[in-house]
Amino acid sequence: MRDVFIVGVGIHPFGRTDARTGLQQGAYAVRQALADAGVTWGDMQFAYGGSDAAGNADTMVGDLGLTGLPFVNVSNGCATGGSALFGAHNAIRSGEFDLGIAVGFDKHPRGAFNPLPADWSLPDWYGDVGLMVTTQFFAMKIRRYMDRFGITERSLVRVAEKAFRNGTLADHAWRRSPVDAETIANSQMVSDPLTKYMFCSPAEGGVALVLASEKRAQALGGMKVRLRSVAVRSRPAGSFEVFAPMVDIDNGGSATRLASGAAFEMAGVGPGDIDVAQLQDTESGAEIMHMAENGFCADGEQEQWLAEGRTEIGGALPVNTDGGCLACGEPIGASGLRQVYENALQLAGRAGARQVPGGPRLGYSHVYGAPGVSGVAILER
Amino acid sequence: MTQTAIAPIAETLFLAEPVVRLIGGQHRESGRIVFPCPPDDSFEPVPLSPRGTLWSYTVQRFRPKTPPYRGPEAFEPFALGYVELPGEVIVETRIVDVPFEALRIGMPMVATAVPFGADDGGEPRLIYAFTADAITIDQGAEQ
Repeated sequence: MRDVFIVGVGIHPFGRTDARTGLQQGAYAVRQALADAGVTWGDMQFAYGGSDAAGNADTMVGDLGLTGLPFVNVSNGCATGGSALFGAHNAIRSGEFDLGIAVGFDKHPRGAFNPLPADWSLPDWYGDVGLMVTTQFFAMKIRRYMDRFGITERSLVRVAEKAFRNGTLADHAWRRSPVDAETIANSQMVSDPLTKYMFCSPAEGGVALVLASEKRAQALGGMKVRLRSVAVRSRPAGSFEVFAPMVDIDNGGSATRLASGAAFEMAGVGPGDIDVAQLQDTESGAEIMHMAENGFCADGEQEQWLAEGRTEIGGALPVNTDGGCLACGEPIGASGLRQVYENALQLAGRAGARQVPGGPRLGYSHVYGAPGVSGVAILER
Repeated sequence: MTQTAIAPIAETLFLAEPVVRLIGGQHRESGRIVFPCPPDDSFEPVPLSPRGTLWSYTVQRFRPKTPPYRGPEAFEPFALGYVELPGEVIVETRIVDVPFEALRIGMPMVATAVPFGADDGGEPRLIYAFTADAITIDQGAEQ
């Protein structure tokens, strides 16, 4: 198996852009990534791309050029971006191709998502009675976690505060203003114990990454960030996931634990080696729980980590340096690739005002979504 | 109109009499119990314990989007959670007749059934729910 490198990155600002469709935002990100890598659309030997709700990625060829390249549409819920990267990574790793692109984009209506039970292998009554709501899951998962491991509401506030603070430093973030602790704590309760400012919102945006073999990356002479591992996993028996009418009595595992373990094993590194991490923060509690599920700390230690500022940009393990989903919003198809985009910039030393000091070498990204799917990527400078 | 005169929201979801019991599915080979019972020969329908303890909970503060939600247009926040039925399975449920601030993980719960008004002008349906288990609280033992 060959090494694979990220040689160019592009992003369409997250948030709301009424004048552009989701597909156009994806194409915008592609053009930027191509320019960043110093290549053209005609140089692309393949593409993997997708969105959850904004159309067929491969129709982008009408806009970008009818070169005849193989363009694989990816549709994998919240792991759409991660799965596009997974496919693109393997296409080069296997030796089949030397240069290609992964793109993810989306455009969602305002408000919470409104999935339909039948699309998720669930009976209609589940949606009828009001249980088909993603925010409920996140609230109940963190409620139990707080009860078991002594996490307080103060920590939920700290995560959101950090997200909005970091977002002010990221050009692509949606929320660019800091929000103080009191405002976060006292904002409208959405699903107890989580308030409005502790939740991310569905949004719009696009991200593209140009990938290359080592030989091609060397020849291009620009950004050269190695993909040490990419892993995507679905849920194991006994896990507690979004849209679950039941949980097994014998529970505990998760899609995240599986993906994390596989990515660390493939990369041959451990959590202690990671210098910067982007962890799925659908809401404040998710970031806290994912710190432990990805192996960075023991359950319950997050309370102290956050109080000490260990996950701040200048801390021991900076987490969600661009403000994460809380500040960027969540265009499902683009969100996982945004995390990888941010890590690539951090490792290349191009993150500007939010640059993690000390020349970070290893970056970790983790995406999670319904119905229990997780993608992890580990990057190395 | 008595509650039992109202049709349940789904067949083979729960028994309304003599006490409300959810219907789970026990895998014929592994013995694993799931809820709801899949329409699948590999699972045998089994009535689940009417009593358990609260595993986690939250309050739905905004009206869920329609579709799929079919509740009344006039929205009142409602509690929901997961109830652990000892040795069986942890089930997701609406929680009724418990003040939001009284909800605690570990509190004893008992199954009940309540009418649920559909928003499309149809007849109300009976849905399962859980409420605080006064008997267990008062007597300190399961009945």
